[in-house]
Amino acid sequence: MSDRDRKPDAPTSEVDAARRAFLRKIGAASTLTLAPGVVLYTMEGTEAQAKKPGEPLDPKKRWGIVIDTTKCTSGCEVCVEACKKENGWEAKPGSRTDVQWIRKVDVKDPKTGFAMSLPVMCQHCANPPCVDVCPTGASMKRADGIVRVNMHICIGCRYCMMACPYKARSFVHEDIPEERKRFHAPMGKGCVTSCDMCAHRVDVGRIPACVEACDKGAMIFGDLNDPTSEIAQYVAKFPTQQIRADLGTDPGVRYARLP
Amino acid sequence: MGRAISRLMAIMALCLGVTFVVTSAQAGDIVPKVPIDKTKGSCVLPGEQMKREHMNILKHRRDQTMYQGIRGGKPSLEQCLTCHAVKGDDGKPVTVASPKHFCRVCHDYAAVQVDCWTCHKSVPEKNPFKAAENGMMSKKILRAEVEGLKTYLEGGAK
Repeated sequence: MSDRDRKPDAPTSEVDAARRAFLRKIGAASTLTLAPGVVLYTMEGTEAQAKKPGEPLDPKKRWGIVIDTTKCTSGCEVCVEACKKENGWEAKPGSRTDVQWIRKVDVKDPKTGFAMSLPVMCQHCANPPCVDVCPTGASMKRADGIVRVNMHICIGCRYCMMACPYKARSFVHEDIPEERKRFHAPMGKGCVTSCDMCAHRVDVGRIPACVEACDKGAMIFGDLNDPTSEIAQYVAKFPTQQIRADLGTDPGVRYARLP
Repeated sequence: MGRAISRLMAIMALCLGVTFVVTSAQAGDIVPKVPIDKTKGSCVLPGEQMKREHMNILKHRRDQTMYQGIRGGKPSLEQCLTCHAVKGDDGKPVTVASPKHFCRVCHDYAAVQVDCWTCHKSVPEKNPFKAAENGMMSKKILRAEVEGLKTYLEGGAK
């Protein structure tokens, strides 16, 4: 039988056939039907699996968050409050200079009256403009896609704040009192700071505080590069958008059902 | 004459010796010792080595955490605080505002300013690594996640 006559998936030899049967068996053993039409391949294959605290991060991962705008309600600030508590920042209402890692934005279409509310934080771009402009290398992208400030070498020039199209970064103008400091999210006067997708949690296998706190199930966190994770399955199944995708920053935070 | 000189020298040598002994005895009292809770195990390196190299070790770990996400264990700033924290009069660990803080004990003596604590918390915090010690989510969180996900996907699939 020549190669051309053979069916595309016909095994070329007995060894091949046995190997394929074995692989199929493994596949069947490790799948789990979660909901109609959605099959999750082993819980260990999703973001439940994480590196051990002492291990270096996995550069094959691309952490991301999907936010369903239809589930997010106006006036609900649960994610913002959770972030404040976790990362030790506070912003007085209306202040334009206080530290702010995540904010709720209410938008309305004046023609139709359609209104919606959505949280906006660092979008964790694949091509982050804040990293491009940083003169010291303090503004950085980790190999797993998390964009953050290395405050040890930040000089507080605030170029990154100007470059960020999402207004995600803020400058710490005042000393943080000892009781508000968080051990795993240090920040101090004279540095720029922003959402780091709770890197300290992600590094030990937990999910970001905002995602954990959202009681409306409007946020999913996970590895966009892992086709078996629920976030990857979600973005493959439903339409999601990046804010200002036209800028080519390719954010890791995506919004579902933006009008 | 020669005898007088040698006697003088002997006296001088004696005086110097005495001075030396006194100085070293005083120095032993003056040079501060880093407070440590030895019940929590030994330090990552012997004391003498830590005295000279702790800043390099901290800097190395700092970069590992920033760029590679390596956290917890030894050596880490968290571990320093765990063993070296000093309790104040109220029984709680003292912050760096107190001269009793383990960093300040030596750094005040050597007149070297530490900038770590302008951003970092200077007292130990509850260990967040416990729940995820084995690198996995706890079963309770995991179960809650799966339940939440089910409802979410069923709602979202409509």
